[in-house]
Amino acid sequence: MTEDSGVQVASEPRPGRQGTVGRRFRRGLTGVLWALAGMLLTVLMWELVKLVGTIVSLPFTTSDQAMPHVWTMVQGFGQPEVRGSDTTVLQAVVSAAAYSLLVALGGFVIGVGVGLLLAIVMQRFAFMERGLLPFVIASQTVPLIALAPLITGIGNRISIGPIQWNTTYSVMFIAAYLAFFPMSVGALRGLQAPTATSLELMRSYAANPRQVLWKLRFPASLPYLVPAMKVSAAAAVVGTVVAEISTGVRGGIGRLIIEYARETTSQPAKVYVAVFGAIALGLVAAGLVTALDVYLTRNLPKESTA
Amino acid sequence: MRGIARSPWVRLATLATVGAMALSACTSSDSGTAESSAAPEPSLFASSAAASAMAEESAMATECTELTPVTLQLQWVVQAQFGGYYAAKDKGFYENQCLDVTILEGGVDIVPQTVLAQGGADFAISWVPKALASREQGAGIVNVAQVFQRSGTLQVSFADKGITSAADFKGKKIGNWGFGNEYEVFAAISKAGLDPSADVELFQQQFDMQALLNGEIDAAEAMTYNEYAQVLEAINPDTGALYQPEDFNVVNYNDEGVAMYQDAIWASEERLADPAYQDITQRFVQASLMGWVYCRDNAQECADIITANGSKLGASHQLWMMNEVNKLVWPSPAGVGVIDQALWDQTVNVALNTKNLEGATIITAAPPAEAFTNQYAEAANAALQAEGLNTTGDDFAPIEVTLNEGGN
Repeated sequence: MTEDSGVQVASEPRPGRQGTVGRRFRRGLTGVLWALAGMLLTVLMWELVKLVGTIVSLPFTTSDQAMPHVWTMVQGFGQPEVRGSDTTVLQAVVSAAAYSLLVALGGFVIGVGVGLLLAIVMQRFAFMERGLLPFVIASQTVPLIALAPLITGIGNRISIGPIQWNTTYSVMFIAAYLAFFPMSVGALRGLQAPTATSLELMRSYAANPRQVLWKLRFPASLPYLVPAMKVSAAAAVVGTVVAEISTGVRGGIGRLIIEYARETTSQPAKVYVAVFGAIALGLVAAGLVTALDVYLTRNLPKESTA
Repeated sequence: MRGIARSPWVRLATLATVGAMALSACTSSDSGTAESSAAPEPSLFASSAAASAMAEESAMATECTELTPVTLQLQWVVQAQFGGYYAAKDKGFYENQCLDVTILEGGVDIVPQTVLAQGGADFAISWVPKALASREQGAGIVNVAQVFQRSGTLQVSFADKGITSAADFKGKKIGNWGFGNEYEVFAAISKAGLDPSADVELFQQQFDMQALLNGEIDAAEAMTYNEYAQVLEAINPDTGALYQPEDFNVVNYNDEGVAMYQDAIWASEERLADPAYQDITQRFVQASLMGWVYCRDNAQECADIITANGSKLGASHQLWMMNEVNKLVWPSPAGVGVIDQALWDQTVNVALNTKNLEGATIITAAPPAEAFTNQYAEAANAALQAEGLNTTGDDFAPIEVTLNEGGN
């Protein structure tokens, strides 16, 4: 935590700095422990279901083919990706996840930027809100599997001078397409959050629209922006992985999932390794946004919002 | 929600904004990356007749000043199924035809013939029935080279089920993939005098063979070059060793007389009116077919080329696939890539008359004669033969491939 320059409206008396840090650390540690406990529980449940499956007949198969043991999956990390290659599956998954993270990040930044811009425009001009919002909402009803091949198809034809569109941009575009929506809707709500009293105060100062935006609406929208950004980040990751699967774009975790899924018959555990990679990717993305959240709201009262 | 914009001006402004957004998003591109490919190395063209052919072609292509960029859309990610095209690229056959070919890989939702029809690629690889269905729905595409001369679809079952022909499907649980991949199965059932909806139990299987190995279904649809190999790469829990071919019965749809043409090179019908595109098509078909000739004679090297191009499949699986695909291409009695009218008619016939469970057929009317042309493939055969290459593969002998666990 940095210096508190903003308003402090904590309901309880503010404890000493040392106490805050210590308590935050302890709370963080407890959180990690709970998360680990949750993972352990999931693993236990998985194995329990397999065990039960051997005793009574369940409506789905629990064989090692359909549900590999967790330790088989973990072993899969250490195996070479293809025989004779120096890369292990783990290395392949980590590099693919890192690649997808970068693409998702690009999509996230573009999406959040576009979403914010749209929100500002829609907040400023009521007719824009009425005209654009339906399109914004309709944009999300287009199924991704219909959109992805279309975008890569259009992308293949784009070249500006020596610059040639490549399929990775298509994936980034799809990530951005999913990411902009939560942002634009959330930001719009946030920008409209200031009370009439605050707005009248600004008017009495003869503030122009830009000043109102910067000095009142933006700060007031932060509690809305952060949750919107979290949803956007998740959407960008999902968009990236799904678009990679959908269009077979190389390099990312989605491509790895379809590659490994092909070996399901003889190596059923392998695809789970790639799926773990996708999960890790999602967690890292969520972690990054949380870090951003801590930074952005460092001066705001710690209250649960939105 | 409040009513949408009332005045026309507002509507216009909105439209303009949306349009601008779309435009700006589409054009914000960056530097492109092409598929990696090693520059051709003439010293590597060892072994076959290709060596002499190459020398001749290099001389022929002296007037080539700038390579023509060409894109080829595949149905799926890089694997030996597309060996000939990757070989033609890596061995410089395309370059010798003054072409700079970019191979676009497929994905789960990529439909190559649609990409071609929409202008997203110059050529596409597609199964004939699926392409004919797209053609009927308005995709202007023409089959310019029928690379696979036979169907690679099988119905695989454990030997103890006693399923050796489609007639044995009666009363059995028969897996099929759906999504338009099921028509050979249905045609075989009907041809054997069975009613698909009453005499057999149909099961839509996943694209892996677990349902067969788990005993959920009696017979599973499989491609010779992929799923069948997957079965043979899995451990038989009874023996602790790999499953052996003797453990299974295989119904081959070629033998059932319902086989449909599969992988073919498709070109844009509209653009074929343009002499420049005709010329590109001729050169592309010739170099591609040369790649297939090369892979026939150098299966191991082609499998290695595929792996070098980024396939994650295991080495033995890759080589198995290359070998099985070679069996689908060779021999080509009328010449590689040339369509046999009888098998074309059989494909059309099955596509026209076989109903799936929903009562749908692949196409509702026979395609016009313009749906395919042998012009390019025949010219390519003549040119390749003139270079001393055997383009019928009458002496073709497949290699023996030993599969390892997991295809490694």
